[in-house]
Amino acid sequence: MIRMFSKSMAGAMILAASMGGAAFAEPTKPECLAGAKPGGGFDLTCRLAANSLLATHEISKPMIVTYMDGGVGVVAYNHVISKRSHDPNLISAASSGSALLIAQGKFGKYDETAVRWLGALGADYGVLVVNASSPYKTLSDLVAAYKADPKSFAVGGGGAIGSQDWMKGSLLAKAAGQPPKEMRYVALEGGGAVLTALEGGHIKVGAGDAAEMVKHHAAGKVRILAVMSPERLPGELADVPTAKEQGFDIEWPIWRGFYVGKDVPDADYQWWVNAFEKLSKTPEFAREREERGLFEYTVLGADFEAQVKSDVSRYKTLASEFGL
Amino acid sequence: MNMEYLWQGFGVALTMQNLLIGLAGCFIGTLVGALPAIGPINGIALLLPIAYSMGLPPESTMILLAAIYCGAEYGGRISSILLNVPGDAGAVMTALDGYPMARQGRAGEALTLSGLASFAGGMIGATGLALFAPVLAGLAIGFGPAEYFVLMVFAFATLGSMVGSNPVKTLIGCVLGLMLATVGLDATSGAYRFTFDEPELSDGIEFVVLVIGLFSISEALLILEHQGRGVTVIRKLGRMMVRMSDVTKSTGTALRSACIGFVVGVLPGTGASVSSAIAYTTAKRISDTEGTFGKGDVRGLAAPEASNNATACGAFVPMLTLGVPGSGTTAVMLGALMLYNIQPGPMLLTERPEIVGGLVASLFVGNFLLLLLNLPLVNIFARILTVPNWLLVPGILVLSIIGVYSTHASVFSIFLMLGIGFVGWLLRKAGFDMAPIILGFVLGRVMEVNLRNALAISGGDPSILFESDISRILWGLAVLVAVFPLVLSWRARRRNVRMTAE
Repeated sequence: MIRMFSKSMAGAMILAASMGGAAFAEPTKPECLAGAKPGGGFDLTCRLAANSLLATHEISKPMIVTYMDGGVGVVAYNHVISKRSHDPNLISAASSGSALLIAQGKFGKYDETAVRWLGALGADYGVLVVNASSPYKTLSDLVAAYKADPKSFAVGGGGAIGSQDWMKGSLLAKAAGQPPKEMRYVALEGGGAVLTALEGGHIKVGAGDAAEMVKHHAAGKVRILAVMSPERLPGELADVPTAKEQGFDIEWPIWRGFYVGKDVPDADYQWWVNAFEKLSKTPEFAREREERGLFEYTVLGADFEAQVKSDVSRYKTLASEFGL
Repeated sequence: MNMEYLWQGFGVALTMQNLLIGLAGCFIGTLVGALPAIGPINGIALLLPIAYSMGLPPESTMILLAAIYCGAEYGGRISSILLNVPGDAGAVMTALDGYPMARQGRAGEALTLSGLASFAGGMIGATGLALFAPVLAGLAIGFGPAEYFVLMVFAFATLGSMVGSNPVKTLIGCVLGLMLATVGLDATSGAYRFTFDEPELSDGIEFVVLVIGLFSISEALLILEHQGRGVTVIRKLGRMMVRMSDVTKSTGTALRSACIGFVVGVLPGTGASVSSAIAYTTAKRISDTEGTFGKGDVRGLAAPEASNNATACGAFVPMLTLGVPGSGTTAVMLGALMLYNIQPGPMLLTERPEIVGGLVASLFVGNFLLLLLNLPLVNIFARILTVPNWLLVPGILVLSIIGVYSTHASVFSIFLMLGIGFVGWLLRKAGFDMAPIILGFVLGRVMEVNLRNALAISGGDPSILFESDISRILWGLAVLVAVFPLVLSWRARRRNVRMTAE
């Protein structure tokens, strides 16, 4: 307790001394906690921060990435809240999937106010895909066909009922005026399995993320019918229209960001926000982000706090609307 | 037949790193096999988390585990011959003629000869595997959720043929494994099942935790319990060179036994203990004209050793081509693949030929390494038999805890492992086999997810499970393997009754 007190005192003093916004509270042992096994989305998020912070000299010591798998980040979330709530060195990876789990009460006993949300550094977007030989060429074709015969549509996604992929499928059902609860949803293990099931003809529609589908779309194995982004995505997806363009109000960004402990002093929180802000404007960062298949999406500090809260409440509404 | 995967595999297996890993695996495997307390499954369970956290690529880990598995089949003969205590389940029959030979002062000869027989068995088994794997893997196309589910049904049906263990207890163990597999996030509905609001359980019981708990911890407890059970080690090995006449005498037996062993190994659910028993009794029936079997006959020594090594290779066939484990040890290896996020199954050979090929090729390489290790160095392994339990038990415990912590970095996992180990110890005292629990656990999750996905596709109509030719054939095979052993045991019982009546 004494240590904690003196730490927050020091934080307050630093804040007082750095009123001009100059940041010299650089973390002594920067660490990023990925709440999954190495190689997943949280790992990617941590690596993005670790590599680009070092490349742009925002931190002088390399950032350590640690892993704590369990329940898509639940174990890490609980760990940060209960054990490392004061640690200014530690940032933890999160995604809009975390907000979705919080909204459904699947994130342990804590809600979104139990941590401080730091910022998002990039995003991916939801897509709906069909086999390349499928008769449906546009989202309207698909919606019309689904409306006509919802029972013949097996929709596959890389997650359980209630997951982001299920939500994307449900948005399709909703657009067709059909109850999402009656959708024939096949819960597969990740995007790779969705692709295999599409190619094997076991499912008719796949829900997934743009980054994992784009290569197979470009190779002509599957067809992305719509991206769930506000505007068209760059690169190989430039020819794929958004859902909005096709007359459907469907958006599904999957942001990737970070949180810190509830009791991290303002000065340290602000240091991270400033570092991310400066970082996000550099070409080094843009390259690191693109290498990881993420699109531009920078929301920081108080804006991000507000965004997470509005996301959680939006997901809550959707969940009850979809009958979860 | 496309054997390209094998050449690619030799490329993988013959890199310096993988050769060294293979050599280390062979050495550890022989050690593990030679120590009567711990078998191949313990060795694999202990080494898997360490290999994983060392960051070894999946193919290297599989080479290491396969080398341990085969090494243990070699090593098991050492304690059978010198102690009359089988080093592992496959070496039970080896003691029948090996120990008498040792008592006649021919221990060295017995060790060399059984080493040669092991080599023959291993090479024949590896050849069979290399030829067989691509044939079966060709069936892979067309496997959807429904077919996978029926495949799992088939795998469970084969459990009924696990000879030598109590079928009711096998079934109970299997159901225990299925129940343990339901813990955690339900992959379809996203609900938490049996997690008791404990976030650490949200992904279910971790495979490594279960395997180490059930095998290593319970084993350590068993050793402690049996402290002071004295055995006499035969220390005089005698001359190591074998007589040429003995080699020619046992060649036929060894070759025949290797073929038996391989076939038994391919059948899921049966292991080295079954195959060596069949090989031994077959050899006895064919060759024992003078009643020398059981009194130190070289053919009685060669038969089980050739067959248990061939079985180890045969067990890889269903594992690599169908994702169905042929034994407890291969079930652990399947779990190891899943640890690397690699889904074992009919697509494995197409998707990851370097893993399948590397493993198969490493069996050929490994057999040479094992022969080299086991002939000149047999003295060293023989000396290890005298390692006292007060060194062995803490060693197992320390390795177990390090292994679990290094894969999951959570103290909760350690306590869970210890708890599972204690329960496992109680179950073993009650005569349960641990392998069916692991099989139930590994297969259960795949079975459930695929059944529910198949029904989601069909909208709840179960006829999808009988729609394709593949599933109908698998149903037929499942019924066959479930009923066949029942018929056999019924016939055997009837014969027994008739014999006692006479």
